[in-house]
Amino acid sequence: MMKASISKYILAVITLDSSLVSGGGAPVFVARDRIEQDRIATYMARITEGVVHDLENGVYILVKH
Amino acid sequence: MERYLVATTMGIAFGFAARCLMLRSDYRQYPAYPHGYVTHLSLGLIAALLGALAIPALLEKEFTAVTFLSLAATQFRDIREIERETLSKLDLTNLVARGPDYIEGIARVFEARNYLVMLIALLVSGLSYFTDFIVGLIPGVLSLFAALRLMHGPVIGEIGRVRPAGLSFEGPNLFVEDIHFMNLAREEVRRTVLERGLGVVIEPIDDNAREILANSGQRMAIAHDAATQLGIYRDVDTAEFTPILRRDLDTGRIAMLILPLEKDIECLVAAVKNVPVLESSSARPLKSRVGRGAAD
Repeated sequence: MMKASISKYILAVITLDSSLVSGGGAPVFVARDRIEQDRIATYMARITEGVVHDLENGVYILVKH
Repeated sequence: MERYLVATTMGIAFGFAARCLMLRSDYRQYPAYPHGYVTHLSLGLIAALLGALAIPALLEKEFTAVTFLSLAATQFRDIREIERETLSKLDLTNLVARGPDYIEGIARVFEARNYLVMLIALLVSGLSYFTDFIVGLIPGVLSLFAALRLMHGPVIGEIGRVRPAGLSFEGPNLFVEDIHFMNLAREEVRRTVLERGLGVVIEPIDDNAREILANSGQRMAIAHDAATQLGIYRDVDTAEFTPILRRDLDTGRIAMLILPLEKDIECLVAAVKNVPVLESSSARPLKSRVGRGAAD
């Protein structure tokens, strides 16, 4: 029997501009500025043991590897 | 009776000595605890006993005993199972996992070493019985050397050129030379990677080596060995500092990024060179006509 599982998934989205993100399964956090975005990302990465990736349009995604 | 006694004692002695020699704990730290040694030494002793008794049992026309011996030998297959299970479970709590291929390799070795012990005991006891125990000494000592030689397989340094490589960021994207590694958003993480990170490139010497390095189990083994020897700058909640190995699709080069505790590039290169080539990753495309044809 094959055991299948998803090994990488987006845990959260941290964005500066809420219009760039819509729907989806992951919670979206809207940050007021870059500093706040970085801080939220850092906290969440520590808590979830995930890695923060930059989509280079003001959107960060937190991914579990 | 006297002859049997001498022959079996010789067989057991050399078989057990071989097991002791082959049970060496190095940086792989396995087995590291007295109980681990006890398990493997006692199994080695049983293996030596079985090997040494085979010929006397045959000569006494004790055919049932011989069948029982072969039955007992199959028990050693379980060793592989036990080792695999233990190491796989322990791997879950490793900061840098060994990976299933490395574990399988270790498990196989543990099994094979017991067979080797049996063969040595058989050889020595047979020769001591049919000739003289002095004659049994010579192949005994030779087989100990052979066993030691068998312990060393090929290493990464023999199949590839290992050299230091530079790290750089383009925006959030991390590169080792021109190989893309990952996208890191946080400024602090990028700074740490540039400060503490070391890059290494392994260039395969031929197409066989290229296929070996392509195996992701082999790459996990490289990361694990490097991390255990130099220490690793990470904890369970910093996934971004896990050592990563990526492949350059065009050339088959492999690059590694690691954040060691001891930032010493020479030691890192030496550690990578000494990683064993795993049996499960070994491939020989150049042995086939198609592979050779495609290579040029």
